[in-house]
Amino acid sequence: MSLTHARDTSGVEAGSEARQGRGAVTAPRPRPSRSLRSAVWKDRVAPYLFLAPWLVGFFVITLGPMLYSLYLSFTNFSLLGDPSWVGLDNYIKLFTNDPKYLDSVRVTLVYVFVSVPLQLAFALALALLLNRGLRGLPIYRSVYYLPSLIGASVAVAVLWRQMFGRGGLINQILEAFGIQGQSWIGNPDTALGTLIILNVWTFGSPMVIFLAALRQIPGYLYEAAAVDGINRRQAFVHITLPMLTPVVLFNLILQLIGAFQAFTPAFVVSGGTGGPVNSTLFYTLYLYQKGFANFQMGYASAMAWVLFIGIALVTAINFWFSKYWVHYDD
Amino acid sequence: MTTNHDTSTGVRFGRARSGRRTALSHFLLVGFGVLMLYPLIWMLGASFKESEDIFTQIAPWPDPATLENYVRGWQGSGVGFGTFFLNSTLIAALSVVGNLISCSLAAYAFARMRFRFRAIFFACMMATLMMPHHVLLVPQYILFSNLGWVNSILPLVTPKFLAVDAFFIFLMVQFMRGLPSELDQAAKIDGAGPWQTYWRIILPLTVPALATSAIFTFIWTWNDFLSPMLYLQDPSKYTVPLGLNAFLDASGESAWGPMFAMAVLSLGPLFGFFLAGQKYLTTGIATTGLKG
Repeated sequence: MSLTHARDTSGVEAGSEARQGRGAVTAPRPRPSRSLRSAVWKDRVAPYLFLAPWLVGFFVITLGPMLYSLYLSFTNFSLLGDPSWVGLDNYIKLFTNDPKYLDSVRVTLVYVFVSVPLQLAFALALALLLNRGLRGLPIYRSVYYLPSLIGASVAVAVLWRQMFGRGGLINQILEAFGIQGQSWIGNPDTALGTLIILNVWTFGSPMVIFLAALRQIPGYLYEAAAVDGINRRQAFVHITLPMLTPVVLFNLILQLIGAFQAFTPAFVVSGGTGGPVNSTLFYTLYLYQKGFANFQMGYASAMAWVLFIGIALVTAINFWFSKYWVHYDD
Repeated sequence: MTTNHDTSTGVRFGRARSGRRTALSHFLLVGFGVLMLYPLIWMLGASFKESEDIFTQIAPWPDPATLENYVRGWQGSGVGFGTFFLNSTLIAALSVVGNLISCSLAAYAFARMRFRFRAIFFACMMATLMMPHHVLLVPQYILFSNLGWVNSILPLVTPKFLAVDAFFIFLMVQFMRGLPSELDQAAKIDGAGPWQTYWRIILPLTVPALATSAIFTFIWTWNDFLSPMLYLQDPSKYTVPLGLNAFLDASGESAWGPMFAMAVLSLGPLFGFFLAGQKYLTTGIATTGLKG
C-alpha cells in the first residue's frame, strides 16, 4: 500500500478534513512533513501489526482448515494418497448404513439432555441458597466450584472408574447397608448414568454465573415489592426468577455446547472403546475412532460437520424459544 | 445500570429470616459440600493406603499409611512421571505465554484502535468462539502432519501464539473497553506510539483480565487430553494425562494405589493455581464490577 493512498483514504474518513482541503484549492497543499507521514503510516498499519498473530491464526489454523474439512467430508481420504470425491456418500452412509453411528447419536443426546438440565437445576438451587447473605460464602463457592475445575481431567475419570467399578467405593458403601452392588461401569444399562453423574457433579461453573447474576438484580425492586406488601415467595416468583432468565439461557447454551463435545470421561472410563455395547460411545469418541484409529478422515469430517450443524440447530432453537420465557429489560 | 448491589435477598428480607433458618442452611450446605468432595478426599486418602485396603476402607484416612504408592507410581510403566510432569509444565507454560501475548495484542487492536474491517474481523472472531473444536480436528491434524510437526509439542503450542483461543480475546476486549479513552489520548499527546500505549499504559491496567486468562489457559492445557493424544506418540513426550491413561492401560485394574497417587499429584498444580489465583480472580471481578 503506497503512502499517498493511505493519506487519501484517511482524508475520506475524516470528512471535515476533506472539505477543508477542497476549500483551499488555490493555496498550494503543503507536503506532509516526514514525521506526520510516519505518524499517519503508523495509524494505518499499526492495527494490522497488532492483529497479525490473530489474522494468521484465523486464516491458517481456523478458517482454512474448516473449509478444507468441508471439502474432505465429500471425499474418501486416509492420509495416504489424494482425497477421492464421493459426493454425499459419507453423509448418506452415516444415517442409513452405520448403526454404530446412530448408537453414538442416541448416547450423546441422552447424555446431553439428561445431564445439562440436572446440572443447571443444582446450580440454580445452590446459588439461591448461597445468596441469602450467609457467612462463609467464598468458602462454599470454592468448594462447589472445585469439581468444575477438574471434572474433565483424566485423574477424575480414573477415580470414577474405580468408584463405580465392581469392588469400588460406591459398592463398598452399599454393602455397608447390606445392598449387593454390581459393576456400574460394566453394565450397559448404568454405564452412561455414571458419566451423567460426573457432568452433574460439575455444576459449580454455572452456579458461579448464577450467583453473579443474583447480585446484579437491583435492590430497589425488592424494596418496592416489600412496600407493596409482597412476601418472599411472591418476590422470588415475580422478581428473582424473571430477572434470572437471561442468565439461565446463557448457562443453558454454554453447557449444552460443552456437553455435546464431552470426550475424556467416556474415553477413560470405557478404555477408549465406548463400551459396554456402545453404551458410552459419545459422538466425539466415535469421531475419534473413525478419524484417528481407522484413518477414515473423510468420514470423520462428515461426522464433525453433522455435529457442528446439530449444535448450531440446538442453539438456534433455544434462542427461538427463548422469546417465550426469557425476560428482557426494556 | 450495573452498579454493585451487594445486598442479597436475605438482607433485604432481614426480619423474616430467623437464626434457625441460617443454621439449617449452613447444615445443608456443609453436608452437601462434604458429599460432593468426598470422592476426592477419599482418593487422597486411598493414595496412602495399601492396595487391599483401598477395596475395604470406606473411611478416607489410611490405616496404616504408606508412601509406597507414590514411589511405585512415580516410576510409571516404562517412562516415569517426572518426564510427564516436565512435558506438561513446558506445554502449559508456553501456552500461557502465547495466549497472553497474542490475545492481548489482538484485544488491544479490537478494543482501542480504529481500522478498516474492524467490525468484520470482530464478527469473525466471535464466530470462532461458537465453533466446536471437533470440526478442526481432522484438517488441523492433516496440516500439522504435512508440516512434519506430529510427535512434537508444536501443534499444541503454536496455535496459542496465534490467538486461536478467541474466548480470551473477548475477555480482554471487554476489559480494555472499560478503561477510560483519555488514557490513550494523553499518551498520544506525550508522544507515545501505539506500541508504547499498549505496553506501558493499557497492559498494566489489564492485569486482572490477564491473570484470569493465564489461570484458565493453564487449567485447560493441563487437563487437555484429546489434542496431546493425537499429536504426541512417543511415551517420552507424553503429558501427565496421557501418562495416567497409559498407566491405566498397562496395569489394568491392578494398581489403583499408584494410580491414585499419580492422579492426586496431577491435580496438585490445578489446586495450587486455583488457590493462588482465587484472590486475583475475586479482585478482578470486584474491579470490573466497580467499573461497571
